[in-house]
Amino acid sequence: MPLLTATAVTKKFGGLTAVNNLDFEIEQGSIASLIGPNGAGKTTFFNCIAGFYQIEAGQIVFDGQPIQRLRRDQIAHLGISRTYQNIRLFANMTAMENILVGQHYHLRSSWIGAVLGTKGVREDEGRAHREARRLLRFVGLQNKGDLLASNLPYGDQRRLEVARALANKPRLLLLDEPTAGMNPAESQQMTEFIRHLRDELGTTILLIEHEMRVVMGISEKITVLHYGQKIAEGTPIQIQTDPLVIEAYLGRGSAGTAGHEATAIPAVEATQGGASAGPTPASA
Amino acid sequence: MTVTSAGMPATGAAPSANGAAPAMPVSFQRRVIRTGLLGAVIALYLCMVGIVPIFNARPLVQGVISLGQAALILSLFATGFVATRRVAESSGRLIADGAIAGGLSGVALSALVLLGSVVDVRAFLPNASPVLYGILTFNLGTIGFWIPMAAGAVLGGLAGAIGLASPRMRRSLFVGLISLFALGLFAGLIRTPMLQLPVAELARLLFASDGLTLIGAVVVLVASVGLHHVQRTRRLDLQFAALPPSRRRRIQVPLIALAAVMILVLPQGLGSFFAQVIAIVALYVMMGLGLNITLGLAGLLDLGFVAFFAVGAYTVGLLTSTAEFGIAQWPFWAAVPVAVIVAMVFGAFLGLPILSIRGDYLAIATMGFGEIIRILAGSDLLKPILGGPRGIINIPKPIEVPPDSFLAGPNQIYYIALIGAALIAFVAWRLRGSRLGRAWIAIREDEDVAEAIGINLIQTKILAYMLGAAFAGLGGAVFAALVGSIFASSIQLMVSINVASLIIVGGMGSIPGVIVGAIFLIGLPELFREFSEYRFLFYGIALIAMMQLRPEGLLPSKIVRREFQHGGGDEPPESSASPLAL
Repeated sequence: MPLLTATAVTKKFGGLTAVNNLDFEIEQGSIASLIGPNGAGKTTFFNCIAGFYQIEAGQIVFDGQPIQRLRRDQIAHLGISRTYQNIRLFANMTAMENILVGQHYHLRSSWIGAVLGTKGVREDEGRAHREARRLLRFVGLQNKGDLLASNLPYGDQRRLEVARALANKPRLLLLDEPTAGMNPAESQQMTEFIRHLRDELGTTILLIEHEMRVVMGISEKITVLHYGQKIAEGTPIQIQTDPLVIEAYLGRGSAGTAGHEATAIPAVEATQGGASAGPTPASA
Repeated sequence: MTVTSAGMPATGAAPSANGAAPAMPVSFQRRVIRTGLLGAVIALYLCMVGIVPIFNARPLVQGVISLGQAALILSLFATGFVATRRVAESSGRLIADGAIAGGLSGVALSALVLLGSVVDVRAFLPNASPVLYGILTFNLGTIGFWIPMAAGAVLGGLAGAIGLASPRMRRSLFVGLISLFALGLFAGLIRTPMLQLPVAELARLLFASDGLTLIGAVVVLVASVGLHHVQRTRRLDLQFAALPPSRRRRIQVPLIALAAVMILVLPQGLGSFFAQVIAIVALYVMMGLGLNITLGLAGLLDLGFVAFFAVGAYTVGLLTSTAEFGIAQWPFWAAVPVAVIVAMVFGAFLGLPILSIRGDYLAIATMGFGEIIRILAGSDLLKPILGGPRGIINIPKPIEVPPDSFLAGPNQIYYIALIGAALIAFVAWRLRGSRLGRAWIAIREDEDVAEAIGINLIQTKILAYMLGAAFAGLGGAVFAALVGSIFASSIQLMVSINVASLIIVGGMGSIPGVIVGAIFLIGLPELFREFSEYRFLFYGIALIAMMQLRPEGLLPSKIVRREFQHGGGDEPPESSASPLAL
């Protein structure tokens, strides 16, 4: 049974239909990717799942429960965590505090207890700090807990954002371009980290990604969006050879020439059909 | 008007100065002239708005220099300093440039004296009086018109010469002068308690009834420069930080105990006026800590904060008053918890409709709420309950004591206000480190992300308003007992603005910052009532200076400070000059 099922989801901005009648499923414990050219509606779909946008039509069911009318915090409570395309950490909090906030829902201490310093609150806080330290170690930031989030290097910020999302003990983790702005070595690390996440924690992961090496390397299922519509879905091999996908990326007429090569689908809006090793520019 | 006319000769001198030294880069020469003219404007302004003549009444160093003269000297000196700052020049030029800039400012003052001897301009400028001219010329009359000019040149030249000193010496000198200034201002406050102690003779030697004695001035200068030198070379603060915690505590505990004892006996040494000033500061600390939760932590601007203060005060008034509008005649201590709870209810009441408002709109909406409460309190509608403009009177003191007892009058409130402020500071500190405190900061940082992480915005924001209101309500309750009455006119928008300003000056989100901010913005103006005309002038200057020099506040929260240490890099931490070293 799929963990998340979206049926005929439609999201419009004025006259623009950003997500159009989209059906989508993700299996428990799998890693799936959403790809597509700029403006294809990938992040919009993320925002619909996480409750940032109200959808006009359709239904999103998470673990048997419709979530399209829930508030963001309620969706988080159900076990959906996300990261953001342009990193959105709490910049003036330390790395440690970012993770502690991430555990908000799982801590149970009331403010009155905190003022009185009750035993329960102290234990709760102790557990929270231990868990935060564990997560910092897990993402490789063990010595950086006291640094302000805004002072961390870029790659560390991405990892901290993942750690903050993990602090909510999510069952579904939405990663929006986790390797954006990273060099090949860093994005390789991130890829391994994502796989490690799923293998270690069993978290179901849905990612938006432009870097084809990452996408093809770890996804078990890839969904391709174009102008808000699903144009293809399948395993990496199926997607690489799908003429519709190649057309969407390269334009009409190139389908016959570049179809066989794994890296032929260029990252983002690069128009030439060569390999795309460099960091991909963030899309709007 | 006068500024331009008095500045005329100076403007005339500019081209000739350029002509005389064609080798000099024009921009550089211009800078000196421009700074000099700016200095002239400031010096004239100080005279014209009456700061110099009025402050002249208060000596800084008895018989040597008055506060008014110090202000002028400071302005001339600063002109010379700014004109020669950051210029790599030969020593002769530095001094000459400083002298030119300072002299230009002086020329404007001289011109004012000359103008005053010919025409009586008092009709437009009431402060341009013989008294002012007397100050400017050391009472020599028109013949002494050259004195400001000469003084400006000398001071400006001196300031230029300081540019030659090493940064370390310069800093020592500044520390010395600032200490001199501060101790001169507060001499009376320090002397009064000392007179009752065995050190009375020392007090008389160092301090006059107002300002320092000459000996005192020398001692202060030498001691502060010496201490600063020791701190620089030995880095006592770092040594202290490097001590093991147990030994650090051995130093800290007695210091804290000493401070506590001093706070306890303070009203005896300084009298009830001072006790009352501190009680008012403590009231603002309570309100400040309240707003620090809503604004400093949760980032929700609230310009109607005085409303909660009013709710607390009126609740206590209604419940305890023995006069017309009292409804229960409860004791103060029974009324206080009710006041806090009622204030919390009002906090939730304010919070609910404005939950989804952000930023500037929030400022307007909350300000409106404050005004509604103020107008309601004074309205005819509620007059039968709240007394309208006549207010509620005869609010009894919390502890009934015979009138000659030590606890009578303001002293009692001093202790109650201090206990209240300490209690609130403790609660605020516990909240800051709690799950709720972190959620507030997360909301301040990024509301959308905070919600997506699982924080219930409605609940968390309402709690921020409620707890902030509770603190302000407690402040209001103590205020009602302090004054013994509560009127609609006590609820002013200005109170809300004061509270917001003291948080900004002290450092957003920082508990010690709130205390320091309250001392600076509320305590100092209360102590210098004689200059109250200029209260808002200095207020404005202080806020602008803060925004320019220390935008993070006087005592920023640990996090902001850390940010400056790790991130900034261009600004070395000023351990010596800042009070953080403690």
